[in-house]
Order: sequence, then C-alpha cells, then structure tokens
Amino acid sequence: MSATAVSTGDAVVHRRRPVIGLLLLVLAQVIGAAGYVLTHLDIDGRLPSGWPVVFLAWFGVGLATYVLVRWRLPHADPVLLPATFLLVGVGLGMIHRIDLIAEPARHDAETQFVWLLLGIVTAVALVFLVKDYRLLRRFPYVLFLAGLVLLLLPLSPLGVELNGSRIWIRLLGYSFQPAEVAKLVLSLAFAGYLADTKDVLAMAGPRVLGFTLPRARDLGPIAVMWVASLLVLIYQKDLGTSMLFFGLFVAMVYVATGRGSWVVLGALLFAAGGWFAYQKFAYVGVRVSSWLHPFSDYDKNYQVIQAQFGFAYGGLLGRGWGLGRPGLTPLAKSDFITAAIGEELGIVGLVAVILVYGIIVARGLRTALSCTQPFGKLLSAGLSLVFALQVFAIIGGVTRLLPLTGLTTPFMSQGGSSMVANWLVVAVMLVVSNDARRPAVVRESEADVASLSADATQVISVPQLRRSAPRTAATPSAVEEEQGAPSAQTVVVPEDEMEATAPFRLPDAPPNPSQPPQQSQRFQPEEGQ
Amino acid sequence: MNSPIRRTALVASILFLALLVNVSIVQLWRQGSLSADDRNRRVLDAEFAQNRGAILAGDTQIATTTPIKDRFRYQRSYPQGSLYATVTGWYAYDFGRSGLEAKYSTELAGTASSQTVDRLVDLFTGATPVGATIQTTINAKLQQVATQQLGTKKGAVVAIDPTTGAILAMVSTPTYDPNKLATHDLAAARSAWTTLNADPGKPLSDRSTREIYPPGSTFKLVTAAAALENGMTPDTLVNTPSQLTLPNSSSVLGNESNCGNTQQTMDQALQLSCNTAFANLGATLGAEKIRAQAEKFGFDSTPMTDVNAAKSQFPAKLDAAQTMLSAIGQYDVAASPLQMAMVAAAICNNGVLKTPYLVSEVRSADLRVLYRHGPDGKPTMSTASAQALQQMMVNVVQKGTGTKAQLPGVVVGGKTGTAQTDPTKNPYAWFVSFAKNPDIAVAVFIEDANVERNDIAGGALAGPIAKAVIQASR
Repeated sequence: MSATAVSTGDAVVHRRRPVIGLLLLVLAQVIGAAGYVLTHLDIDGRLPSGWPVVFLAWFGVGLATYVLVRWRLPHADPVLLPATFLLVGVGLGMIHRIDLIAEPARHDAETQFVWLLLGIVTAVALVFLVKDYRLLRRFPYVLFLAGLVLLLLPLSPLGVELNGSRIWIRLLGYSFQPAEVAKLVLSLAFAGYLADTKDVLAMAGPRVLGFTLPRARDLGPIAVMWVASLLVLIYQKDLGTSMLFFGLFVAMVYVATGRGSWVVLGALLFAAGGWFAYQKFAYVGVRVSSWLHPFSDYDKNYQVIQAQFGFAYGGLLGRGWGLGRPGLTPLAKSDFITAAIGEELGIVGLVAVILVYGIIVARGLRTALSCTQPFGKLLSAGLSLVFALQVFAIIGGVTRLLPLTGLTTPFMSQGGSSMVANWLVVAVMLVVSNDARRPAVVRESEADVASLSADATQVISVPQLRRSAPRTAATPSAVEEEQGAPSAQTVVVPEDEMEATAPFRLPDAPPNPSQPPQQSQRFQPEEGQ
Repeated sequence: MNSPIRRTALVASILFLALLVNVSIVQLWRQGSLSADDRNRRVLDAEFAQNRGAILAGDTQIATTTPIKDRFRYQRSYPQGSLYATVTGWYAYDFGRSGLEAKYSTELAGTASSQTVDRLVDLFTGATPVGATIQTTINAKLQQVATQQLGTKKGAVVAIDPTTGAILAMVSTPTYDPNKLATHDLAAARSAWTTLNADPGKPLSDRSTREIYPPGSTFKLVTAAAALENGMTPDTLVNTPSQLTLPNSSSVLGNESNCGNTQQTMDQALQLSCNTAFANLGATLGAEKIRAQAEKFGFDSTPMTDVNAAKSQFPAKLDAAQTMLSAIGQYDVAASPLQMAMVAAAICNNGVLKTPYLVSEVRSADLRVLYRHGPDGKPTMSTASAQALQQMMVNVVQKGTGTKAQLPGVVVGGKTGTAQTDPTKNPYAWFVSFAKNPDIAVAVFIEDANVERNDIAGGALAGPIAKAVIQASR
C-alpha cells in the first residue's frame, strides 16, 4: 500500500510519506490526549490547572521522537511510530484515569511517563548507535545464552512470585519482567542462528510420510528451547510466557526453512509438554478450571470475574472515560488494563486497540516481506510474531479466550521494563524497515532497463556485479519476492551472497571496497510519486 | 522465505480474529447474565445512583429520592420511615432491599423492560432518567391507627378491602427506620444493620405477610366453612364433651371456655370457641375436606406476589388425631396475618376471595400507566354458606368471645384465637374480623401476648385493635 511501482512496473519504491507519518502521529497523540481531557471533564467537569504542561510534554515528546527517528531513519515505516504512540497514549490516559479513583489521587501515570521517556531515549539511542543492524547478527550463541538466562532468571533467588506466576525478578527495589527483554534478545539470537543455518535445516533430513524430518543434530536448539519453555511453564507457572518463546522459536524456524515439519514437531512437543504438566502439576488444572469455570469459585477468580463484569458494564460503546468502575478490577493498570479499556471505551474501543496492535504486527511482517536480508527478514518476522503472541496471550487471558497469564500488555500496562523493552522492539523494527524500504541502488538508466526487459530475445551482458542485471520473470526468486524486493538486486544472486556485497550500506557507513563507485549513488524518489 | 512469512501472517491474523470474536462474544452472549449477577457491584452501584421513583400511599410519599452531593448523587429517603417500613421495605447499599423496594426495583429504577422507550428518549434528550412511581393501596389513616394500636406490642395488623383485595393497612411491630439502612454513610448503615439484626424483637421480620404462626381458634372459621359447604348448618348439633381423648393417643383435649359436656350447635360452638366441638367436626369432615377449604382461602399457595408473602400451610398426611387438632388450628397448621385477613375478607365478600394486592398502579415519570391492577376473584364457598358464617361471626362479637370488638351501629363479625407453641413462652393472640358497609376485613396478631391462654383473654387484647382500625375506616 505504501509502495508504488515506478515507470516500468518492476522497481518498487516505498514512499517515505513524512507528512502522512506526522499527521498520523498527531492524530494518535490526540486520541491519548482526548482520553486525558474527557476523563477530567467527566469526573470534575473541568480541566485540571496543569493541562497545558501535560499537553506540552506529551506532544513535545511525540514531535521530538518523530524528528529524531525521521532524521536518522528517513525511510522507516511511517505507521509504526503513530500506532505505538496511540497505544501509549490510551494506556497513559487509562492509568491516569485509574489514578484518580484513589483518595488522594495517585501519580502512577507520571511515573509511567518517565518510563516512556526512558523507553524513547533508549529506542532513539539504539537507532543512532546501531549504524548497521546486521552487526547484531554476529553473536547468536551469546545472545541465545543471554536470552535463556533472562528467561529463566525468575527461577533464581532474585525471582518473586506475583499473582501465581513467577515471571518477575526484584532487583534494587525494582521489579522487572526479564522475559520482556528476553523476547528481543532471543529474536536476535534466533534470527542470527537461522540466517546461518536455514539452508542446512531446510535441505537435510530423512523424508517420512511426506515430511522432511530434521536431522537429529539439528534438533539441539529446538530441544533446548522446548526444555526452557517447559521449565517456564512448570516452575514459573506461566502458560503465556512459555507459549510466547516456544511459539517464537518454532515460527522463526518455519519462516527460515519453509518446512511444515518443524511446526508439526513443535506443536506436538508443546502439546506433549502441556499435557504432561496438566497431569503432573495441580496448579495447571486450577488455572484451566479458573479459565473455563471462573464463577465456580468467586473469591479465587475475583479478578477475572470483575473483568468480565467490567466488559458487560461497558457494553458495546463503553461507559466513557471516567464513568466506569475499572477500580473494582484488581491490577486494572497493569495486567488488566484492557479490561479497563473495555469497560470505559466499550467493546468497540477494545476492538480498536486490538486492531492497532494488529497494525503494528502487520507493519512488522510487511517489513519482513520487503526486506532483502535473511537476517532482517527473520528478525522483523520474529519480533512481529512475538509481539502478536504476547498480545494474544494477555488480551486472550483477560477476555477468557485462554488461561490467564502474567504477561504485560505492550505499551499500555503500567511498568517500566515492559515499556523500555517494547520501545527497543519498535526501534529495531524501525531500523529494519528503514533498510527494507530504502530505494534500490540506482540503475544505470531508467530507459535502459525498460527496453531491456521489454526485449525478450536480447542477450544481456551482466556487469561484474550481477545484482545490477534486470529482472527476468523466469527467475524463481524474483517471482517469490514479488514487489517486496527491488528487482535490480534479487536476480540470480543468492540472498546470502548478495548480502555479503552489501548493496544497502547505510549512508554514513564506511565505503565497501568491493563496491564500485557508481553503485553508491542512490535513487531518491520524490514524495508523491 | 516470503511464503512462510505470509503463512505466519495468516496465523497472526487468525489469532487477532480470535481475540475480536471472543470480545464480541463477551458482549453479545454473556452481557445479560453478567449484568444480572447479584455479585456485580457495578450494576448494583449504578442502580443505587439512580433517581428512583416514589412510593405513594394515597397522596403521601412514603419513599422518595432526593439529590445529594456524593458519589451516588441520589439519596433514598422514607419520610415516615418506621410507619411504612413493612410496605416500602428498605433499600440499602450493602444489604440489598426488601418489600416493594425489592419487588418493584427495576420499575423504581427505571430499568424495567416496560420502560425501554423512556430510557431511549432520555438517552437522546439527555434527560436524567427517573424511575416509575408505585401507587400503593395503603390507607394512611388506617396504617397510622393500626401502628398506634399495636404500640410496643410485638405483632401485626393486616386490613383488606374485601370487595377488591386492596391492602389498606399492613403493619408489623416492632418496626424500624429504613432511612438508617438507606444512608450513604455506609459505616452507619452497617452499624444500624448489626443493631437491627441483634434486636430480640426482630424488627426486620415482616410479621404481617412473611411470617407464619399457628392460627389457633381463628382457624375454626375454615373448619366451619368446610362444614357449611358440606351440608351442615349453624344449627347442626355437634358433640361437645368437656374433654376429648384423641384417637390412638393418650392426649386429652379440653375446652377453654364453658362449653358444657353434651352438644352445642355449630353457631354456639364458634361463639364459645369450643375445641372439642370443632375437633369432632374435623373428624366428621376428614382432613381432605378441611384442606380443600383451606386451599380455597389461599393456604399452601403464595397469597400475594407484591411482597413475596409467605405460604400459609395446612399439613399433608394427617392421621385422625392430627386431623382433629388441625381443625382447631393446632398441630402444624400455620398462617400469616395476611392469610387470616383473607379468610375474613372472603367470608365478608359473600364467599368470593379477591386476590390481595398492594400496588394498584405503576406510573412512569411522564404519568404513563405502566401497570394497573385488574379485578379478579374466585369463589371459596356458596353465598348462603358465607352469609351463614357472617352471622355466626357477628354472634361471636355480639355474645361470644369477641365482645371487645363491638362497635355501635356497625355490623362487626370476628373470631378470637390464641395459640401456644412453647409452654415457657407467652401465647399468640389473634383476632380476625370484618365489618360491613363499607366492607373491611382486619386480622390482628399479637406475638407476645402477656395474658393467660384462653380465647377471651386473646380477644380482649387483639379485639380492641381490630375495632379501632374498623372505626378509623368509617
């Protein structure tokens, strides 16, 4: 939708859309600000005295983020940032609204705003410091190990059990959910590992019943992830976190290899582990019964029941900002913020929020499609999927689609570790999208390409760099890549090889000695093409 | 690598679709049952914060709502709280509601299905919804007199218009002030609740309609009605020994007044409230005929739905001795004062029982009638039997145990009763009566009658109360 074909219909140029991006951002921020204004109008009948400061801070942060990101990543996806700010704004507004229930009013929204600033600063720092995201590919095993340590950290003495799940650690007086950081670290690790080994994983192995089974030696990582997920399920008592990471791994292996056998294998393994836990550990049964029959034990399932009452009270259009009773649901600011949204903004508001999450996932997957680097593809796809799984697990848990988990609601629920980690995820998505959407290396001339591709019998002499050859329809990779990849690079050259020649050098990256000077020119599309 | 990405994108869209479908299901499917759940404080609080309609007795507002500057915005108040507590019931935040406040809660709150149109209009005009007004049949004067007459005694008075079934007075003492439970000072309401529940006088019990007691000799009216309907007359002679040994038992039944040791006419037996005569009548009629008559008067069914009145009971499966005891209102027979007033009302109305009702009309805020009580009635006995029984009851007041209820120039019929369930406690005293032109039926019940256990004493205690209520209705 944001891509448009230029002249020949071959080259795809992503529009940068700086104005639309800014307008979307303002619109998204206005929605959050409207929540703040309506809350006060509905509760007090007037705006609080400090509203200009709040507006200045809120829109100022948005504008500053936009300018910095735009400056550093001019081709980055224009929708990601507004979607994120929309969620942040509605979340902040709701936390502030719940703050007002207490007498005297609490100030959690202000703390959360500080965390937002920290998240944005971290994200912008990443955008500025990581000159080439492919650097992140270099240490898959270290990152893998680090991710596993983070994932299992709550089982150490640092871990604390909250609301039945042991997915938090307490350090220096602060609570963190290490899984929030682990999802980024492990996505990087898997992307790096799979970018290196995908061909081996995809090709080798015996065929049984139409499935090409993985070789035993390739099963190591999946076995490690399976065991780690089961540890999370059994000892951290959190189905959501367990599902999140195992699902992420299996999905990324599938994306890398394109082989359904991995998915079948993963699903079977997870089902077997889950069944084993259900049989062996009483708490799993308790969780399942709380999920299916919460009303059988009112006191124990108080929170889920209150959330259900809240949804029913909110109805289709909601009670309105400040007019519901979200305070009756425990943890309405954090785990159950979507219940508060459903109560005050209605099912319609909640559906809108879910769709905005969907937009972020869709933009991430879109970046994965158009990215030409296997690492970037895997990374973007992985981050999008882990995001989708997280949203599915927590909102599904709150709305009783799934057993409840202790995961946070990205960008909305109160909590610093989640805010910073998710901003880092968005930062990486922005960096990859900037690279994926950057226009192709300029071709010698627009007319040449057109005439050559039109003349089927022409024998083309490929220059010393094969990637500058025109696209031919017969090339399988070109068909597969469709409009996602600029035609000039995708032909003939295997992706890995292509990456080695680094045609997508960042503007201020050191010149690649293997690159001829004429290739450093970049095609600059004009806005509105 | 793109086609697996597309497939995972498809899976991601299915996950999101599942979320969207699920939240829609919460809305469409579960909303009704979730909102109706009585643990749903959101719904309860919202209702508590509504501008509830008034409850009227005649033109007097006995329950009303006034704006207040707190989180509930409207305060329910009861201008003469303790006088009408039995009728209105209470409406409390933590302790639910009772009486009409409970039974007509949705109408008062404006959330009844009959008020859907009003709610829509309010939604579009921006008006604050106002609940419906409940018009009761209570006569303020009778209610006041009955309450005054009971005074500090534990008991109840129910007065009915026999020609319509309208409840004219409904009093239970000791009473309570529902304002203390309705207050938004929740701590004060809680302490009032604790105090009222700890009170040995049980002020929160509605003795008039929701409690049942042994009716004692007043039940002889039912036995007499059954006898008249089964071919006997007031002049039929009944064996009236001074003592009667119950069949298959060593228990001996005696009379509390001078009934002699031979035979009495049924008329005289009622005047003197002879236990042995009515026990023998019961044996002659059999349990089935007495039960059939009792059920025509309303026993074993809910007599009035406006306040969830209790079912009075005539026991099932009686042997000969139990039948004889039941015929004089002992053993497991139990009736509410409302039920006994219905017996008197049916007799007074020539055998036709009008279903008692407390709410004559429900009007929306714009005075549209949402509900109006319609006439009904069903026969309990023939007109001849009813008129014969009327005369027998008049004789009770003229020359029997009920002389304390005599009212010059007014045709008053009545029947006294005492009953004792526990020898260590004071007996219950009853007086069930009617007056003609205009017709009224009054049942008086005194739970803790500090008198000796006989009908004359019971009549002396309860009779004057009935008389005062009848006089006030003139």
